[in-house]
Amino acid sequence: MLILDCPYCGVRCDETELTPGGEAHLTRHGPGSDDADFERYLFQRRNPRGVHLERWRHAYGCGKWFHAARHTVTMQVFGTYPAQTTEPPADIVERIRASDPDWTFGDDT
Amino acid sequence: MSDHATPLAQARSDGYVTVAEDAPRDMIQLKGDLSDPGLADAVERIAHAAMPGPLGLSTSDSAWIAWMAPDELLISLARGQGADALSSLSRAMGDRHHLALDVSDMRAAIRLEGAAVREILAKVAPIDAVTLPVNTVRRTRVAQVPAALWLSGPRTAHVICFRSVGRYVFDLLSLSARRGGEIGAF
Repeated sequence: MLILDCPYCGVRCDETELTPGGEAHLTRHGPGSDDADFERYLFQRRNPRGVHLERWRHAYGCGKWFHAARHTVTMQVFGTYPAQTTEPPADIVERIRASDPDWTFGDDT
Repeated sequence: MSDHATPLAQARSDGYVTVAEDAPRDMIQLKGDLSDPGLADAVERIAHAAMPGPLGLSTSDSAWIAWMAPDELLISLARGQGADALSSLSRAMGDRHHLALDVSDMRAAIRLEGAAVREILAKVAPIDAVTLPVNTVRRTRVAQVPAALWLSGPRTAHVICFRSVGRYVFDLLSLSARRGGEIGAF
């Protein structure tokens, strides 16, 4: 069972109080973008065995969307952070690197 | 005028914890910038209670204010005071970006009383009922539906949920509080 801290209200929530929102930090490619970018934006999602940045919504609580960094195999949670950002904050990156030194943000592998 | 019907018709169930519908109250939902001193002023003036901090609940003789989200408060007043409070709140808020709504009939309110209230909450909600401090509002899931709950003392808990699921939550809590179901873990 996944337990995440909501960065907005500070509540330690159980997975069942949250709604999953899939991969975080997607760049939107809308009308006028080329087909390959649009397809990637619409359909292609990372599904890594390892570090994953995800969107979650505190649906049964304050209702806010936030981001979480976790490891999909060990289920280690590196931290949660507000969604008003285009990249993970430095302290989260530092914690991820502590367990996976080769990890870089935006790495497609 | 006809009598005001409460969602649960004053239902009551006596188990090892007493589950009963709370007396009907008027409620105002307020969304806005909670860090704005003008908003805090306006809220304190109608409820005569202090502005609650994150997850907090503050009370006065006849009212309480619950912190529901970083941009939302729920103000509860005695039955019949809601309409006047809402208009004075809207006046005090003036041009500030906000939403104030009379939600008096939107929710069912249930009160639990007994030494084992924390155990009943732990049975139905995914919360740490042991460490839940008094007067801390926890919005969570009660079995299959959303609800907000808090303790107002060591023996008293309050649960509010949407009116449409009031009967479900009441039945669930009274079933969990039935004699013979004691766990004694707390």
